[in-house]
Amino acid sequence: MAAKFQPGDRVRIRVGSPPGHFRTPAYVQGKTGVVEVLHGAFPNPESLAHGGDGLPKQFLYLVRFDQTSVWPHYLTTLQDKLLIDIYEHWLEPA
Amino acid sequence: MDHTDHDHAHDRHAPIEDREELTYYERRTWAIQALLVEKGVITADEVRQQIEAVDARTPADGAKVVARAWVDPAFKSRLLHDAKAAVTELGFDSGESPILVAVENTPKVHNVVVCTLCSCYPRALLGLPPDWYKSLSYRSRAVVDPRGVLQEFGLELEPDVEVRVYDSSADMRYLVVPARPPGTAHMSEAELASLVTRDSMIGVTKPRAPEQLTDLKAAAPA
Amino acid sequence: MMEQRVHDRGGWPDAGLIDRAEHTYAMWEKRTDAIRGLLGAKHIIRTDDLRRAIESIEPVKYERLSYYERWLVAVEALLVEKGFLTHEEVDRKMEEWQTCER
Repeated sequence: MAAKFQPGDRVRIRVGSPPGHFRTPAYVQGKTGVVEVLHGAFPNPESLAHGGDGLPKQFLYLVRFDQTSVWPHYLTTLQDKLLIDIYEHWLEPA
Repeated sequence: MDHTDHDHAHDRHAPIEDREELTYYERRTWAIQALLVEKGVITADEVRQQIEAVDARTPADGAKVVARAWVDPAFKSRLLHDAKAAVTELGFDSGESPILVAVENTPKVHNVVVCTLCSCYPRALLGLPPDWYKSLSYRSRAVVDPRGVLQEFGLELEPDVEVRVYDSSADMRYLVVPARPPGTAHMSEAELASLVTRDSMIGVTKPRAPEQLTDLKAAAPA
Repeated sequence: MMEQRVHDRGGWPDAGLIDRAEHTYAMWEKRTDAIRGLLGAKHIIRTDDLRRAIESIEPVKYERLSYYERWLVAVEALLVEKGFLTHEEVDRKMEEWQTCER
């Protein structure tokens, strides 16, 4: 199974609040960024945390955001970035 | 009952803490350890060895890696490309998982690391994280107000510097490689390592300046 | 608007100044860390289990407990969940230990 995204792709983080454990913070949900790195495939923490085997593995990406697009009051003259590792099933093309 | 098999939560050969002073959580930890030992899940020796192993890891390890990167551009390149492999050259094992990733500070880019969801930290190279790294206020503000956080740590950055905050949300652990301070061309690798503080490898401060090292030596007891 | 759980702190409002004072780790904290590490090495408790258990701590308690207090609560909850011990056994062990002094 191939990775859906490559470095340079624009992606939007899905919005969601599944009942169990997950690793996508609320503050990046719904935001659009760019894939910086494709780390490879890793066991899914949402399965591992509840006694599962972590399969199927999910591709994991370092996604880069402009801080000004994440926070409404971030100073727009700054070029600051926010980078976070997100699993593929939380990403959609933007 | 024979006193020797009246096995308390403590290892009889370990220093005995003043039990009257212990809090609820201290006593509960002892109790859990005792039960796990009784049930054969762990041994007291294993616990002692594990504590020693954790104590043995200090930021001095990370500092050696940074100092090597400063003096050896080819090593730095390998470090930035595959930190896990590069640190093994210096005798460090960063483990199969989580995966160590090194990110470089330059005059125009300043990196800082946080774990907003819990406390993920490159323990393999830095040892245990400081309390403030795990605090609710750092976890909240490092992502939304990194420059304000850096100011609290005494670091002011120009507006044209790009501040990059890494939120360690998954299997990677980020280590900041700070920029080599000016005026250090004459220094040995070991001296350079003494400039590299834990906080500079988290990214909330810059490394010490060479003058500060002299101050530290002057202040040390004879 | 999505629900932001108590452990999901990025951008949490009214976060305040960072207390930079560092405390020396108490023996019990190192012990808790060690027990968790051993249970991980023995594949009894995964990192993901620990996170899930910490995240399940009731919000008021989550914010009130110290870092290693949260770990100990989570480790105990996981050991109970996985059938290694019961809360009552831990309670009894604590009492037994106290009554056994000198």
